[in-house]
Amino acid sequence: MTFIETLHNHQLTLTPLSVETLQVNVGKLCNQACKHCHVDAGPKRTEMMSRETVDRCLEILAAYPQIKNLDITGGAPELNEHFDYFVIEATKLGKHVMVRHNLTVTLDPHPLSGKSMEYLPEFFRDHCVEVISSLPYYAEKETDAQRGSGVFAKSIEAMRRLNRLGYGKEGTGLVLNLVYNPIGAYLPPAQGAIEAQFKEHLRKEHGLVFNSLYVITNMPINRFKHFLERAELYDSYMTKLINAFNPAAAEGVMCRTLISVGYDGTLYDCDFNQMLAWTVNHGVPNTVWDFDFDRLISRKIVFGDHCFGCTAGAGSSCGGATAR
Amino acid sequence: MSSYYESKDLAKFSDIGKNQKHLWEKFIAWYNEATATEGALTKREKSLIGLAVAHTVQCPYCIDAYTNQCLESGANMDQMTEALHVTAAVRGGASLVHGVQCRNIVEKLTM
Repeated sequence: MTFIETLHNHQLTLTPLSVETLQVNVGKLCNQACKHCHVDAGPKRTEMMSRETVDRCLEILAAYPQIKNLDITGGAPELNEHFDYFVIEATKLGKHVMVRHNLTVTLDPHPLSGKSMEYLPEFFRDHCVEVISSLPYYAEKETDAQRGSGVFAKSIEAMRRLNRLGYGKEGTGLVLNLVYNPIGAYLPPAQGAIEAQFKEHLRKEHGLVFNSLYVITNMPINRFKHFLERAELYDSYMTKLINAFNPAAAEGVMCRTLISVGYDGTLYDCDFNQMLAWTVNHGVPNTVWDFDFDRLISRKIVFGDHCFGCTAGAGSSCGGATAR
Repeated sequence: MSSYYESKDLAKFSDIGKNQKHLWEKFIAWYNEATATEGALTKREKSLIGLAVAHTVQCPYCIDAYTNQCLESGANMDQMTEALHVTAAVRGGASLVHGVQCRNIVEKLTM
């Protein structure tokens, strides 16, 4: 059964509610090359958002007070040469800025320029950026298995630097959220339960704190899909996602309140559709250059079977579980 | 039949409810509450117990199901391996503790 048929069977009509968040993918360059990455990001990718497109995104943010959040992602978005400018200018507009920060980028030199990125924690603090950091597990073996050798140790050091500035600590206003995703072809645990495990282990073993843990399901596209196919797990993983379809989770899918922008300024319903090159459709202008807020909030969202990844169990989004 | 155990057959477990449905419904309600909910024990702890028991009864379906459930409740391979050692230790201990009976008999029979 397809995703659209499943929605129909549950009498669900998932239409946009608003555009509260502009999620901008500023490029595919990354210091890591994680096995599950739906972006296929890595140190050899060259796609990068230009200054002109960044400026156009800023114009859109300025024009629409309804868009309250700027969510900057990549790749490692900090590796885009216009990243700092983007954050500074969006903050001036009064937008809440979130950065999908992989932690290790602070400690690795820039893959192209060799420039040190160790200024990032202070930069985030100075602009009150919400830091959302992927950490697949609270232990080294599991984290390095997915993200590469040495990633866990570097992530812990980067978290320590953020904590030292007040990130993740109550009362500072500096938010550090972590993102968990399974290290293979299985569904994530309940968000509250795994958050408690992360908090206990990171505090006891490393003296680290954070605010919330977001749980995200691995999407059966790109690099993770190739893994599933190589391991002959694609069909069983899809069956698992389909069997775990949760109408309550479907109601909260992020594409109802978000527009995703590609590095070249193309508009998508979400970052996953972006990686499949499925633009916003059904006649709605699909670039930042002809951004039409009213038509976007009345658009028909483009769904595919990978969307079962967002509706399985407690649901999955860039903000974690969607069924509250 | 190529084999008594086929992994795809696990998905047919609910077919047992095609007959005497009321018994299946009682079983599955109790089973789900006992094994897959947060209670005095966390779901992760219950999953690790389930994994240990699955290896004790050596049921391939149960091993498949509880390995998945352990991963999906956030358990890692070290924790799962410790659970298996508990299984093996209790089973080994159960053999060894019967040595007391052996010793009792020897004591009774010998001068």
